[in-house]
Amino acid sequence: MKLAALALAGSLALAACASDETGSGGSGSGASGGSEDGPKIGLAYDTGGRGDKSFNDSAYAGVEAAIEADGGSVQELSPNSDASNRADLLTQLADQGFNPIIAVGFAYGDVIGEVAQQYPDVSFAIVDSTGVDVADNVTGLLFAANEGSFLGGVAAATKSETGHIGFVGGVETPLIQSFEAGYVAGARAVNPDIIIDRQYISPAGDFSGFNDPARGQVVAQGMFDAGADIVYAAAGGSGIGVFQAAAASNGRAIGVDSDQYETVGDPALQPVIMTSVLKRVDNAVEAYIGQFVDGTVEGGSDEVYDLASEGVGLSYSGGFIDDIQSTIDDYTQQIVDGEITVPETPTD
Amino acid sequence: MRAVSRLGQSLLAPALAVVIALVISAAVMLAIGVDPFRALEVMVDFGDTPSQQVTAIVVVLNRAVPLFLAGLAVAIAFRMGLFNIGVEGQYRMATVLSAGAGAAISLPAPLHILVIVVVAMLVGAVWAGIVAVLKVTRGVSEVISSIMLNFIALGLASFLLTGPLRGSEPGASIITTKEIPESGWFPSLNGVLGALGLANPPRQLYGFLLVAVVVGVLVAVLLQRTRFGFDLRATGLSASAASASGVDAKRMVITTMLLSGAVAGLIGLPDLLGSNHTYGTEFTSGLGFLGIAVALLGRNNPVGIAVAALLFAFLDRAAVPLQIAGIPSSVVTIIQGTIVLAVVVANEVSRRIARRQAESGVAVAPPATGDGSTGGGQGPDGGPPPDGPTGTGPALTNASGAAGRTSPTGSTS
Repeated sequence: MKLAALALAGSLALAACASDETGSGGSGSGASGGSEDGPKIGLAYDTGGRGDKSFNDSAYAGVEAAIEADGGSVQELSPNSDASNRADLLTQLADQGFNPIIAVGFAYGDVIGEVAQQYPDVSFAIVDSTGVDVADNVTGLLFAANEGSFLGGVAAATKSETGHIGFVGGVETPLIQSFEAGYVAGARAVNPDIIIDRQYISPAGDFSGFNDPARGQVVAQGMFDAGADIVYAAAGGSGIGVFQAAAASNGRAIGVDSDQYETVGDPALQPVIMTSVLKRVDNAVEAYIGQFVDGTVEGGSDEVYDLASEGVGLSYSGGFIDDIQSTIDDYTQQIVDGEITVPETPTD
Repeated sequence: MRAVSRLGQSLLAPALAVVIALVISAAVMLAIGVDPFRALEVMVDFGDTPSQQVTAIVVVLNRAVPLFLAGLAVAIAFRMGLFNIGVEGQYRMATVLSAGAGAAISLPAPLHILVIVVVAMLVGAVWAGIVAVLKVTRGVSEVISSIMLNFIALGLASFLLTGPLRGSEPGASIITTKEIPESGWFPSLNGVLGALGLANPPRQLYGFLLVAVVVGVLVAVLLQRTRFGFDLRATGLSASAASASGVDAKRMVITTMLLSGAVAGLIGLPDLLGSNHTYGTEFTSGLGFLGIAVALLGRNNPVGIAVAALLFAFLDRAAVPLQIAGIPSSVVTIIQGTIVLAVVVANEVSRRIARRQAESGVAVAPPATGDGSTGGGQGPDGGPPPDGPTGTGPALTNASGAAGRTSPTGSTS
């Protein structure tokens, strides 16, 4: 019994220690790629790290593309399991002479201002958070995620045979709520009577929901069992679980951020990924590094990527939604023209 | 002779644990193609300039303070055989409510801080008290109820944060409570660093470090030098014996859990009062679980817990330079994990050695019971843990274990 208690304590502590790190092992090749003369790019990941097949990987893809174009090298860092060392990551990158430094994820919004002010000669960028009024050398890379999700909702509602769809959010934060708001608005624009199950994996303050495929699977399975046939996974690394649930119930799923049909890496899951709501973090990051190389980076401001600038959109890999492309394009045009305003916060 | 052997035994387990952990970690590193010596070199390298070095020390100390408090909170309960897994929920509730209280009031500086600290301790104690009351009135295992209460705390804290206590702008990516006014900020110790002739780092050294030290000393005195501490340790070693000698077991459970919870309530305060000044969605979580590992490694002894907290904080800081050096930061996770597992193994080994010595007649009296800091009661006496006053099954096995003949610990669990 005492031994059991000890072993339980051990496993709990291990679980507490080991919740991230899936990606850092594979990516830990240190400063890699490119030539010596280009920019030394520092890339600080959100929880989940490299290998989330979603958000963080997309940022890395952008850096890779920039290095291919302009040369340079990249140093990637992942936060510790409770992400208490975010400020440290940025400080260490700056100390090691990396410039520019790109922080992936709004969670860095808390700390980036303070660090950036200590290193006025270094250019910082933050994905999904604003650079206005933070520091003169911070650029915010923002996405109209609600607009992309609106199209996801249109696709789901058009393709649904049961008139019942689902939304699985990673963590109930304002950012993911804007995904939900767009998705719901899009689905209702097509079918006002559609039933939409909405659930978050973890509440605000508990970031495990972005990196917990098992719970993602449980939540999505519940929706499929209740009659939903398409579920949108706005849940970072937990999305894999949603895909697995979809595969197990002959349902379909919508991926997020990256083209997850291409990145999921499991042929058995590919057929269930009907489309992905793209958030072109890669384009934004690549463009930012390009500006840095050209010397045209503007700190203290935001770059907004929306449907009009093709910073968000849907993927067509697999050809599952090719037949409804005209519908999608139609709604896209209405949003770009301002005929439809997509809400940012969920209603009811 | 006995004193020497006692000291040897109490040092044997942690020393063995660290050695085993290092060997296993080195083997794993070799297996994944990392040079262990290079990794070690990177981990102990605190930077080139004095400012970087002091910053590194500040980072380690700032991380160690909450870990120490978490370890202490777990250890208080552990010493009496209670497994408080609920520290996580206790400090979350305490932090969110004390952050809310701190932001709602305005008082002169020392008083303001005091109110926040008292609120945090009270909330932590109340949340832990639920576990104690369930245990003494309904016989609910504290392991089960405290785990359950962690989930409730998570949801409740989230509700409070996004509802009544929300202070951040609508639409802001990071939801926080209202900021605590400056009178409620705990002054940093950077002035002390300056007085010591060290470079002034860009990071603030938490003044709460001093509070943690005082709490550590108080707990050590309470456990080792008071009647209450004696009763607590006695109950931890054998609930039936303690209760036979007149200890009120139910009262002990409640007092101990209240105390453990009150200390748990402090865990979030170094960050809250020292740097964040708000509780928010980004507030560090998981410290309560790490505290279990820290308490185990520190053998539930305040000094040992301080060392363990520093070790964990040191390893944690190393994760960043390791990545820069091209070594996967999972190395740190591996070391932390193997240390915890090794502590379990080492406690078992030292227990067996102690029993063998006893059986071969080296010691005349029953085998030395250590100083009570027996890694969660995994004492060298060979008995399974007392499972509190309400457990009937364990009490039976406890009797047979105390006879020193069989070793049911490994198989009956």
